[in-house]
Amino acid sequence: MCSYITEKAQIFGSAKGKKGWMAVDTAVIYYDHPVHVPLDHALNIDFVDSRSKERVAVELSAASARELIKRIQAALDHGESVHLGSTEAQDPVRIHAL
Amino acid sequence: MWKALPKCAQGVIVAPKCQHGTVRESDVTYRDLICEEVQFKGHNGDMGNAYYARPKGDGPFPGVVFIHHLPGWNEVCIEAARRLAHHGYSVICNNLYFREGEGDPDDIGARMRAAGGISDEQMLGDVAGAMAFLRAQSNSNGKVGVMGYCSGGRHTYLAACRLPGVNAAVDCWGGRVMAPAEALTAKQPKAPIDFTKDMNCPMLGIFGNDDKEPDVAQVNKTEEVLKQLGKTYEFYRYDGAGHAFFDWNRPSYRVEQAVDAWGKVYDFFARHLR
Repeated sequence: MCSYITEKAQIFGSAKGKKGWMAVDTAVIYYDHPVHVPLDHALNIDFVDSRSKERVAVELSAASARELIKRIQAALDHGESVHLGSTEAQDPVRIHAL
Repeated sequence: MWKALPKCAQGVIVAPKCQHGTVRESDVTYRDLICEEVQFKGHNGDMGNAYYARPKGDGPFPGVVFIHHLPGWNEVCIEAARRLAHHGYSVICNNLYFREGEGDPDDIGARMRAAGGISDEQMLGDVAGAMAFLRAQSNSNGKVGVMGYCSGGRHTYLAACRLPGVNAAVDCWGGRVMAPAEALTAKQPKAPIDFTKDMNCPMLGIFGNDDKEPDVAQVNKTEEVLKQLGKTYEFYRYDGAGHAFFDWNRPSYRVEQAVDAWGKVYDFFARHLR
């Protein structure tokens, strides 16, 4: 059954949705029945602007999500090495679970 | 009652029959329908919107409240309402998320999921309002059933136990009818199974044996409680099917099992609502 079990993270960023670019401040992550991707279960992420309640949604297979985790980490590691050290100190939001 | 599950030639087990030609739709269908969005009075007197589908004509028609699932007031549920109307029922599918305002159903559903859903009390108030709407129509025969998929199945179970005036209930793979203490929340404070003693209408249960929520053990337990308490129920469990096997646009769809189970729904409602 669909559940209300979600992970949430406070984020700082932008996403391009139906009305163009918008700020997003929350990510809601859950593994459950997707709306669109032809799978029984998927890793779903909603990037949400909590003020307007608009979202940009993605639905990924579990393997795709795991690969994405690795590639995001690789991209950050490479980017930080090229761009002279960690950028975390510049980040307006220290990412953490809500 | 529990039915044995015979195996058919293709190796797919369905209950209780799977020979071609034995599965049929209801004999009575209504091609002329009236479908429209209406307003209904829900919990606390709040006015909300609902999809209302019924056969053309004076009736009298039995009523069904189709309770939509967690993902929202979307096409799958609207279509189920229209389908039941085609078979002679006056059906309302009320938007349980109307308090969130307008928007794509899947966006609103995602928002409600993140918020932990709606409270059981609010849902019951809204379903009671939808039932009252149906009974107030001039085409009503006075009887009203409830039906839902997934979380709508859980809500159906609750409605069957807690709302007066439910004449028949169809729970399609409702999960968390039993819930461990850690799964209970302020919005869902008590497991539906704990209200079973108050169930005052016949219950039809449709389940896929490959489902994980509810799984076979959970369905067994639910059936055990219904049996112990002397409730009137029929459970049909389908091999080769998991969760949401009515959803024709999803990989979970199982045509043979779905057609057979819809036949069970028509038969059950005909016996208890006509």
